[in-house]
Amino acid sequence: MNIIVNGKPCTIRSATLADALVELGYGDARVATARGGDFIPAAARAACQLQEGDVLEILMPMRGG
Amino acid sequence: MQVYGTELASRLLLGTALYPSPTDMAEAVRASGTEVVTVSLRRETAHGEDGIQAGQQFWGLVQSLGVRVLPNTAGCHSVKEAVTTAQMAREVFDTPWIKLEVIGDSDTLQPDVFGLVEAARILAADGFQVFPYTTEDLVVAGKLLDAGCEVLMPWGAPIGSGRGLNNPYGLRSLRAHFPNVPLVIDAGIGLPSHAAAAMELGYDAVLLNTAVAKAARPAAMAAAMARAVEAGRLAFEAGPMEARDMASPSTPLLGMAAFS
Repeated sequence: MNIIVNGKPCTIRSATLADALVELGYGDARVATARGGDFIPAAARAACQLQEGDVLEILMPMRGG
Repeated sequence: MQVYGTELASRLLLGTALYPSPTDMAEAVRASGTEVVTVSLRRETAHGEDGIQAGQQFWGLVQSLGVRVLPNTAGCHSVKEAVTTAQMAREVFDTPWIKLEVIGDSDTLQPDVFGLVEAARILAADGFQVFPYTTEDLVVAGKLLDAGCEVLMPWGAPIGSGRGLNNPYGLRSLRAHFPNVPLVIDAGIGLPSHAAAAMELGYDAVLLNTAVAKAARPAAMAAAMARAVEAGRLAFEAGPMEARDMASPSTPLLGMAAFS
Protein backbone atom coordinates (compact mmCIF):
# COMPACT_ATOMS: atom_id res chain seq x y z
CA MET A 1 0.00 0.00 0.00
CA ASN A 2 1.05 3.58 -0.50
CA ILE A 3 1.60 5.69 2.58
CA ILE A 4 3.56 8.79 3.59
CA VAL A 5 6.49 8.26 5.97
CA ASN A 6 8.18 11.32 7.42
CA GLY A 7 6.83 13.43 4.60
CA LYS A 8 7.84 11.14 1.75
CA PRO A 9 5.74 8.74 -0.35
CA CYS A 10 6.45 5.11 0.42
CA THR A 11 5.12 1.75 -0.74
CA ILE A 12 5.03 -1.01 1.86
CA ARG A 13 3.72 -4.56 2.16
CA SER A 14 3.15 -4.51 5.92
CA ALA A 15 -0.36 -4.33 7.32
CA THR A 16 0.51 -3.07 10.79
CA LEU A 17 2.66 -0.26 12.13
CA ALA A 18 4.86 -2.72 14.00
CA ASP A 19 5.60 -4.68 10.81
CA ALA A 20 6.10 -1.47 8.85
CA LEU A 21 8.85 -0.36 11.22
CA VAL A 22 10.72 -3.59 10.55
CA GLU A 23 10.13 -3.37 6.81
CA LEU A 24 11.35 0.23 6.75
CA GLY A 25 14.57 -0.77 8.47
CA TYR A 26 14.01 0.67 11.92
CA GLY A 27 14.25 -2.72 13.59
CA ASP A 28 14.38 -2.27 17.34
CA ALA A 29 15.66 1.33 17.12
CA ARG A 30 14.43 3.75 19.75
CA VAL A 31 11.70 5.59 17.88
CA ALA A 32 8.36 7.22 18.58
CA THR A 33 5.48 6.88 16.16
CA ALA A 34 2.42 8.86 15.16
CA ARG A 35 -0.25 8.24 12.56
CA GLY A 36 -2.34 11.04 11.18
CA GLY A 37 -0.98 13.36 13.85
CA ASP A 38 -1.94 11.07 16.72
CA PHE A 39 0.66 9.41 18.94
CA ILE A 40 0.76 5.63 18.65
CA PRO A 41 2.48 4.11 21.71
CA ALA A 42 4.91 1.27 21.14
CA ALA A 43 2.55 -1.14 22.84
CA ALA A 44 -0.19 -0.32 20.32
CA ARG A 45 1.87 -0.67 17.14
CA ALA A 46 1.12 -4.35 16.57
CA ALA A 47 -2.60 -3.66 16.66
CA CYS A 48 -2.35 -0.52 14.55
CA GLN A 49 -3.71 -1.50 11.13
CA LEU A 50 -2.36 0.72 8.37
CA GLN A 51 -4.53 1.99 5.56
CA GLU A 52 -3.84 3.34 2.11
CA GLY A 53 -2.80 6.97 2.34
CA ASP A 54 -1.85 6.89 6.02
CA VAL A 55 0.60 9.56 7.13
CA LEU A 56 3.23 8.29 9.56
CA GLU A 57 5.82 10.13 11.59
CA ILE A 58 8.72 8.07 12.92
CA LEU A 59 10.91 10.20 15.17
CA MET A 60 14.21 9.62 16.91
CA PRO A 61 16.27 11.24 19.65
CA MET A 62 18.02 14.31 18.33
CA ARG A 63 19.97 17.32 19.50
CA GLY A 64 17.83 20.07 21.00
CA GLY A 65 17.98 23.41 22.71
CA MET B 1 16.94 24.19 43.42
CA GLN B 2 13.99 21.87 43.29
CA VAL B 3 11.76 21.25 40.27
CA TYR B 4 8.90 18.81 40.40
CA GLY B 5 10.40 17.22 43.48
CA THR B 6 13.85 16.77 41.91
CA GLU B 7 16.76 18.46 43.62
CA LEU B 8 19.27 20.02 41.22
CA ALA B 9 22.65 21.22 42.48
CA SER B 10 23.56 22.97 39.23
CA ARG B 11 21.51 25.98 38.19
CA LEU B 12 22.67 25.79 34.59
CA LEU B 13 20.66 23.80 32.07
CA LEU B 14 22.32 23.21 28.72
CA GLY B 15 21.12 22.47 25.21
CA THR B 16 22.70 19.79 23.03
CA ALA B 17 22.26 21.40 19.60
CA LEU B 18 24.51 23.33 17.22
CA TYR B 19 27.89 22.07 18.48
CA PRO B 20 30.66 21.54 15.94
CA SER B 21 30.73 17.85 16.85
CA PRO B 22 29.28 15.34 19.32
CA THR B 23 32.62 15.41 21.13
CA ASP B 24 32.37 19.18 21.56
CA MET B 25 28.87 18.74 22.96
CA ALA B 26 29.98 16.10 25.45
CA GLU B 27 32.95 18.17 26.60
CA ALA B 28 30.75 21.24 27.04
CA VAL B 29 28.22 19.30 29.10
CA ARG B 30 30.96 18.01 31.36
CA ALA B 31 32.60 21.44 31.68
CA SER B 32 29.28 23.09 32.53
CA GLY B 33 28.58 20.78 35.45
CA THR B 34 24.96 20.73 34.35
CA GLU B 35 22.62 18.01 35.49
CA VAL B 36 19.98 18.64 32.82
CA VAL B 37 20.33 18.79 29.05
CA THR B 38 17.63 19.50 26.52
CA VAL B 39 16.96 17.12 23.65
CA SER B 40 14.43 16.82 20.87
CA LEU B 41 12.74 14.40 18.51
CA ARG B 42 13.24 14.64 14.78
CA ARG B 43 12.94 12.71 11.57
CA GLU B 44 16.30 11.35 10.57
CA THR B 45 17.79 13.55 7.89
CA ALA B 46 19.99 10.81 6.43
CA HIS B 47 18.39 7.84 4.71
CA GLY B 48 18.78 4.19 5.55
CA GLU B 49 20.75 2.53 8.28
CA ASP B 50 23.23 5.40 8.70
CA GLY B 51 20.48 7.81 9.63
CA ILE B 52 18.94 5.44 12.10
CA GLN B 53 22.35 4.87 13.65
CA ALA B 54 22.90 8.61 14.08
CA GLY B 55 19.85 9.01 16.27
CA GLN B 56 20.73 6.01 18.38
CA GLN B 57 24.34 7.12 18.74
CA PHE B 58 23.27 10.56 19.90
CA TRP B 59 21.04 9.01 22.51
CA GLY B 60 23.82 6.69 23.62
CA LEU B 61 26.17 9.64 24.01
CA VAL B 62 23.67 11.59 26.09
CA GLN B 63 23.08 8.59 28.31
CA SER B 64 26.82 8.20 28.85
CA LEU B 65 26.97 11.73 30.26
CA GLY B 66 24.91 10.77 33.29
CA VAL B 67 22.56 13.76 33.10
CA ARG B 68 18.81 14.12 33.11
CA VAL B 69 17.12 14.96 29.84
CA LEU B 70 14.51 17.60 29.27
CA PRO B 71 12.86 16.88 25.90
CA ASN B 72 11.45 19.84 24.04
CA THR B 73 8.66 20.48 21.59
CA ALA B 74 10.78 22.89 19.57
CA GLY B 75 9.36 23.91 16.24
CA CYS B 76 5.75 23.14 17.14
CA HIS B 77 3.35 25.87 16.08
CA SER B 78 0.08 24.36 17.27
CA VAL B 79 -1.32 22.79 20.41
CA LYS B 80 -1.90 19.54 18.57
CA GLU B 81 1.69 19.34 17.33
CA ALA B 82 3.09 20.14 20.75
CA VAL B 83 0.90 17.65 22.58
CA THR B 84 1.65 14.83 20.14
CA THR B 85 5.38 15.61 20.22
CA ALA B 86 5.33 15.61 24.01
CA GLN B 87 3.61 12.25 24.08
CA MET B 88 6.19 10.82 21.69
CA ALA B 89 9.04 12.31 23.70
CA ARG B 90 7.76 10.85 26.96
CA GLU B 91 7.92 7.38 25.48
CA VAL B 92 11.30 7.71 23.78
CA PHE B 93 13.10 9.50 26.62
CA ASP B 94 11.20 7.81 29.43
CA THR B 95 10.56 11.00 31.39
CA PRO B 96 7.47 13.02 32.31
CA TRP B 97 9.47 16.22 31.89
CA ILE B 98 8.70 18.30 28.82
CA LYS B 99 10.02 21.69 27.79
CA LEU B 100 6.87 22.97 26.18
CA GLU B 101 7.31 25.28 23.22
CA VAL B 102 4.39 26.48 21.12
CA ILE B 103 5.86 28.98 18.71
CA GLY B 104 3.74 31.90 17.58
CA ASP B 105 6.09 33.82 15.32
CA SER B 106 8.72 32.40 13.00
CA ASP B 107 10.99 35.44 13.04
CA THR B 108 11.25 35.97 16.78
CA LEU B 109 10.30 32.43 17.85
CA GLN B 110 8.08 34.17 20.38
CA PRO B 111 5.79 31.78 22.23
CA ASP B 112 2.13 31.59 21.28
CA VAL B 113 1.08 32.04 24.88
CA PHE B 114 -2.56 31.19 24.19
CA GLY B 115 -1.62 27.84 22.67
CA LEU B 116 1.00 27.38 25.36
CA VAL B 117 -1.52 27.62 28.19
CA GLU B 118 -3.92 25.25 26.43
CA ALA B 119 -1.20 22.69 25.70
CA ALA B 120 0.14 22.98 29.25
CA ARG B 121 -3.32 22.24 30.66
CA ILE B 122 -3.71 19.16 28.45
CA LEU B 123 -0.26 17.81 29.25
CA ALA B 124 -0.38 18.49 32.99
CA ALA B 125 -3.72 16.68 33.19
CA ASP B 126 -2.04 13.77 31.39
CA GLY B 127 0.68 13.48 34.01
CA PHE B 128 3.41 15.53 32.34
CA GLN B 129 5.68 17.80 34.35
CA VAL B 130 5.66 20.84 32.13
CA PHE B 131 8.47 23.38 31.75
CA PRO B 132 6.79 26.08 29.65
CA TYR B 133 8.87 28.36 27.45
CA THR B 134 6.99 31.60 27.92
CA THR B 135 7.34 35.38 28.04
CA GLU B 136 7.63 37.56 31.13
CA ASP B 137 3.88 38.32 30.98
CA LEU B 138 2.47 38.11 34.51
CA VAL B 139 -1.04 37.11 33.50
CA VAL B 140 0.20 34.32 31.25
CA ALA B 141 2.45 33.15 34.07
CA GLY B 142 -0.51 32.94 36.41
CA LYS B 143 -2.52 30.97 33.88
CA LEU B 144 0.35 28.54 33.34
CA LEU B 145 0.51 27.93 37.07
CA ASP B 146 -3.26 27.43 37.14
CA ALA B 147 -2.83 24.93 34.30
CA GLY B 148 -0.58 22.82 36.49
CA CYS B 149 2.94 24.07 35.73
CA GLU B 150 5.25 24.14 38.74
CA VAL B 151 8.08 25.94 36.99
CA LEU B 152 8.14 28.80 34.48
CA MET B 153 10.75 29.50 31.81
CA PRO B 154 10.47 33.06 30.50
CA TRP B 155 12.68 34.14 27.65
CA GLY B 156 15.49 36.60 28.17
CA ALA B 157 15.52 37.44 24.46
CA PRO B 158 14.62 35.58 21.24
CA ILE B 159 16.11 32.11 20.93
CA GLY B 160 19.63 32.17 19.53
CA SER B 161 19.84 35.98 19.54
CA GLY B 162 22.41 36.27 22.32
CA ARG B 163 20.96 39.63 23.30
CA GLY B 164 20.73 38.93 27.01
CA LEU B 165 17.83 40.20 29.10
CA ASN B 166 15.66 42.40 26.89
CA ASN B 167 13.24 43.36 29.63
CA PRO B 168 14.90 43.36 33.04
CA TYR B 169 12.01 45.31 34.52
CA GLY B 170 9.47 42.72 33.38
CA LEU B 171 11.64 39.85 34.58
CA ARG B 172 12.14 41.53 37.95
CA SER B 173 8.40 42.02 38.21
CA LEU B 174 7.76 38.37 37.39
CA ARG B 175 10.22 37.33 40.08
CA ALA B 176 8.52 39.55 42.62
CA HIS B 177 5.03 38.31 41.75
CA PHE B 178 5.91 34.65 42.05
CA PRO B 179 8.59 34.48 44.75
CA ASN B 180 8.12 30.77 45.43
CA VAL B 181 7.88 29.45 41.87
CA PRO B 182 11.07 28.11 40.26
CA LEU B 183 11.88 30.51 37.42
CA VAL B 184 14.36 29.66 34.69
CA ILE B 185 15.56 32.13 32.09
CA ASP B 186 15.31 30.22 28.84
CA ALA B 187 16.73 31.67 25.64
CA GLY B 188 18.56 34.81 24.64
CA ILE B 189 21.63 34.45 26.84
CA GLY B 190 24.78 35.30 24.88
CA LEU B 191 27.41 36.03 27.48
CA PRO B 192 28.29 34.95 30.99
CA SER B 193 27.42 38.48 32.15
CA HIS B 194 23.86 37.92 30.85
CA ALA B 195 23.60 34.70 32.83
CA ALA B 196 24.95 36.39 35.94
CA ALA B 197 22.47 39.24 35.51
CA ALA B 198 19.59 36.77 35.34
CA MET B 199 20.74 35.10 38.52
CA GLU B 200 21.28 38.43 40.26
CA LEU B 201 17.59 39.16 39.62
CA GLY B 202 16.80 36.12 41.73
CA TYR B 203 16.07 33.67 38.95
CA ASP B 204 16.57 30.09 39.98
CA ALA B 205 18.42 28.88 36.90
CA VAL B 206 19.42 29.61 33.33
CA LEU B 207 18.86 27.43 30.28
CA LEU B 208 21.07 28.18 27.29
CA ASN B 209 22.49 26.50 24.22
CA THR B 210 23.71 28.70 21.38
CA ALA B 211 26.00 30.85 23.52
CA VAL B 212 28.04 27.77 24.37
CA ALA B 213 27.65 25.77 21.16
CA LYS B 214 28.62 28.69 18.92
CA ALA B 215 31.55 29.85 21.01
CA ALA B 216 34.96 29.29 19.46
CA ARG B 217 35.70 26.92 22.34
CA PRO B 218 32.41 25.51 23.61
CA ALA B 219 33.77 23.71 26.65
CA ALA B 220 35.59 26.84 27.82
CA MET B 221 32.43 28.91 27.42
CA ALA B 222 30.44 26.25 29.26
CA ALA B 223 32.83 26.57 32.19
CA ALA B 224 32.52 30.36 32.05
CA MET B 225 28.73 30.14 32.07
CA ALA B 226 28.78 27.80 35.03
CA ARG B 227 30.87 30.24 37.04
CA ALA B 228 28.69 33.17 36.01
CA VAL B 229 25.56 31.37 37.11
CA GLU B 230 27.16 30.48 40.41
CA ALA B 231 28.46 34.03 40.93
CA GLY B 232 25.08 35.53 40.11
CA ARG B 233 23.32 33.24 42.53
CA LEU B 234 25.82 33.98 45.30
CA ALA B 235 25.36 37.69 44.66
CA PHE B 236 21.57 37.39 44.88
CA GLU B 237 21.82 35.49 48.14
CA ALA B 238 24.32 38.03 49.46
CA GLY B 239 21.80 40.86 48.94
CA PRO B 240 23.20 43.44 46.50
CA MET B 241 23.40 47.09 47.51
CA GLU B 242 20.87 49.60 46.21
CA ALA B 243 22.03 51.58 43.19
CA ARG B 244 21.91 55.37 43.45
CA ASP B 245 22.25 58.24 41.03
CA MET B 246 24.80 60.36 42.89
CA ALA B 247 28.16 59.56 44.39
CA SER B 248 28.48 58.55 47.99
CA PRO B 249 32.01 58.58 49.41
CA SER B 250 33.21 55.29 50.73
CA THR B 251 36.09 56.78 52.72
CA PRO B 252 34.88 58.51 55.92
CA LEU B 253 34.82 62.31 55.76
CA LEU B 254 34.99 62.53 59.54
CA GLY B 255 38.51 63.16 60.67
CA MET B 256 39.79 64.60 57.41
CA ALA B 257 42.74 66.92 57.71
CA ALA B 258 42.15 70.65 57.18
CA PHE B 259 44.96 72.18 55.09
CA SER B 260 43.73 75.70 54.74
